[in-house]
Parts: sequence; structure tokens; C-alpha cells
Amino acid sequence: MRELIPEVIGVLVRRGADFAAAEDAVQEALIEALRADPPRDPKGWLVTVAWRRFLDTTRSDAARRRREERVDAEPPPGPAAETDDTLQLYFLCAHPSLSPASAVALTLRAVGGLTTRQIAQAYLVPEATMAQRISRAKRTVAGVRFDQPGDVATVLRVLYLVFNEGYSGDVDLVAEAIRLTRQLAAVVDHPEAAGLLALMLLHHARRAARIAPDGSLVPLAAQDRGRWDTGMIAEGVGILQTALSRDRLGEYQAQAAIAALHADAPTAAETDWVQIVEWYDELVRLTGSPIVRLNRAVAVGEADGARAGLAALAELDEGLPRHTAVAAYLHERAGDHSVAARLYAEAARKAPNLAERDHLTRQAARLNTET
Amino acid sequence: MAKYLLLKHYRGAPAAVNDVPMDKWTQEEISAHMKYMNDFAARLEQTGEFVDGQALAPEGTFVRYDGEGRPPVTDGPFPETKDLIAGWMVIDVDSYERAVALAGELSAAPGAGGKPIHEWLELRPFLAEPPTVTE
Repeated sequence: MRELIPEVIGVLVRRGADFAAAEDAVQEALIEALRADPPRDPKGWLVTVAWRRFLDTTRSDAARRRREERVDAEPPPGPAAETDDTLQLYFLCAHPSLSPASAVALTLRAVGGLTTRQIAQAYLVPEATMAQRISRAKRTVAGVRFDQPGDVATVLRVLYLVFNEGYSGDVDLVAEAIRLTRQLAAVVDHPEAAGLLALMLLHHARRAARIAPDGSLVPLAAQDRGRWDTGMIAEGVGILQTALSRDRLGEYQAQAAIAALHADAPTAAETDWVQIVEWYDELVRLTGSPIVRLNRAVAVGEADGARAGLAALAELDEGLPRHTAVAAYLHERAGDHSVAARLYAEAARKAPNLAERDHLTRQAARLNTET
Repeated sequence: MAKYLLLKHYRGAPAAVNDVPMDKWTQEEISAHMKYMNDFAARLEQTGEFVDGQALAPEGTFVRYDGEGRPPVTDGPFPETKDLIAGWMVIDVDSYERAVALAGELSAAPGAGGKPIHEWLELRPFLAEPPTVTE
């Protein structure tokens, strides 16, 4: 039922509810829907219940008068408006006036229909904190008109954050990010929306192979490729090819192209690193990002040898996140095992999360205990 | 019930008995250690005694107010600082004795050679809410 939320909020807004009240009303209607028998016409049911909820909470005479005037002025909802409503809701929840954390929370609640408790669990903060973050976000966008055009790029950044930074709880944020991006790509004609969807599918396809039974990270080269989801890879590649054929390259399409080249290699040794370096060159051109240059140095190390990779690395700032980890890897490939072991241990101390720290510690230990 | 903080130190605690850094362990020894830690936390969740557990990066920054209209002063990390916290676990248990027993169990996590590390953990009681009954 959650996929109906954008349309239902859109109906309420066009009937005269403001966004914050409409969103609250739809959320309450969804909770009610969980208790009731499944309705035969879920959308009609949700609209009816949410509208009743909205009326219950806006009882004053003045409010009623204003509402009736607005209802008279509103055109009846039609099928064409539905895709527009979905898109408008994405724009509003990713509005540039919101901080990234607020935009993420508002998108998950208003577009995704997750409860505040679920979102709080996913980001490991108290429910009251998340409730405040969401209501502040709603106040921030209260003055934004629902029909103002927005920037798809800001929406894509929010969805990328949801995909990349999910934690725990009973909601799979990665799957939710894919669902929301798929829904967006269906209503907006934008090659980067398709590019992001392809990128997500190609990475998600490797999920089962990425974590060992003992919980440790498995690097790409060591993954059991038989455990990759080939159906999901095929879907991602198909979406990417259609997007690339439109000749409007962007960073998500380029990242997806790199993921597709990895997915395409039957074994790690058969990876087309030369083409991957070319895509990194495109990404450097598109973003200028030093992180991309760092990843490019790894690819150069595979395509042209570890010494070439180290030369590319030498041009970059040593303070970059994961610079030490990349240096360790390239030194190991170049045969300097003692240097690599020392760098792996140093990289472990600088690691941004436990899984990476444990992985890097294991790499250091592997080299220190080899005979 | 009383809450206790189990503090693990990078530095500042007395040396462990089996004091070999993890990057000198074998892969099997690392796996055994990780499994022990995960099982320990999972078991405390089962018994209803687990509250929270977090790990900290080794390096941080000292920050202080520097007066009206001025940005805060930052300094450090100070390598000479005696104490460096690595992480914590918060438990909610019936007694001090239970807290000591659990800390002892955590300190027995296997390290190099598969033998217990005998690491020193710091056990600190939380200052609780005042009770309702006072006389």
C-alpha cells in the first residue's frame, strides 16, 4: 500500500490540505489500514480515511471556511496528475533548504511511508529525536508550493544517501532506496535517475557475496561470483544501456558502468581494468572528486601494474579517507609485504567503520603471520 | 536493576596478560575473537541485560570555548594523554556481582594462540535516578 502514498498525499493537497497535515493524515490512515481488512480499492480507501483524519484535525470554523473555498477552486484529480504528484513529493522532500539528514528522514516518511519509529531505528537515534527532525523538516518546507519544479539531482543525492548509509532495524533501507528510485525513474525522464537505479541494482546484486558467514567483509576480487544475483545484474545492465544510449552521461551512469564491468567478468582475473580506468577518467572529468581519483589509482594499479598505481596515488593528498588502505593494497601488489603490513595496520586505525577496521586488521595479520 | 558501563581502553589500562596486538594474530584467532564478542552481546540481549555497545576511533580532538564571537579552539590529539577509550558496553543487571562476572567473561575473549586475553576492563556504575521511597 505504501506505493500509493505520493498519490494520496497529492489528492489531499489538491483538495486544500497543506503538505504537513496531509502527510500526517496519510500516515495515520496507513496505520489504520494495518488494523483493518485489506480494502478492495486501497487508494480510494486511503483517500477517504486520510481525508476524514485531516478534517478531524482541522476543525475550526475559519479553517473550514478556507478549506471549502479551496475545495471549490480545485480541479478534480485525474490520472495525469498522479505522476506529477509523485514527482512533486520527491522534490519537496529533497528541497535544497533541507539538510541531507532532514531530507533523508522526510523522504522516507512522506514518500516511503515508513513510520518515525522505523526511521529512528534505521539511523540508531531515539524516536523523539527523529520525530523532531521530521517535524522541523516539514516546517522548513511549509512555504514551498507543491507545484514548483525541483531539481532531480537533489532528489537523486538523497536516494543515494538512503542506499549507501542504511544501518539496522526492521526495515531494509537498501531495498527501500531501490523501491523509491524505481518509482522515481518511472515518472521522470532523466538518464541519471535510470543511472542511479542501475547503480543500486548492480551493487545490491552482490550483497549475498559481500559478507562472509563470520560477518567479515569479502573484497570484490575474493567474492564467490556464483552468489551474485544474475537476474538483478541483467536488469541493471539493461537499464544502464538504455540510459547510456541517450548520450547524456552523468556520474551515476558512469559509476554504474564501472559496476557493470565488474559484474560482467566471470572471474576477478578477467576484469576489463583498461575500460574501468577509462570510466574513472570520465568520472574525474564529471566530478573532479579526489575520492574518485583515489579509486582510479586502484584501477590503474590493476590495468598497468602496481607501480603505475602507486605513481597515480603519489599525486593525491595523503589525508584523503582510505588513502592509507589503498597504499597498503598497492604495496602488497608490488611485493613490498612488510611496508604493506605496516600500512594496513595504520589504515585499520583510521578506518571509518568496524567492518573495514576488522578487514584491514585481518590484512595486516595475514601478511604478518605468513611464512 | 542497575546500569554499568564496561569500558575498554586502547591505552591507560594495565597491560593485558596475553598482550599481542591483533594484527599479529592468525585469521582463525581473529575469527574466534569476533565470534566470542558477538555471541557475548547476543547472549546479553537474550537475558535482557544488554543496553548499548559502541566502538570509538582511536583518534579524537580536544575542543574548548574561546570567548564570544570566536570559533572554538581545537587541539590534539595528545599522544601523551594517559587514557584512550576504545569502546563501551552498557549493561543493566541485578547486582554489582553480576556486572563483575560479565566483565570477567568479556575479558576472557580469546586472543593470540586462542588463549584468553585477560584484558583489563573498567567497570563504572551509572549515577541513577533518585528512588521514590526516601525514608
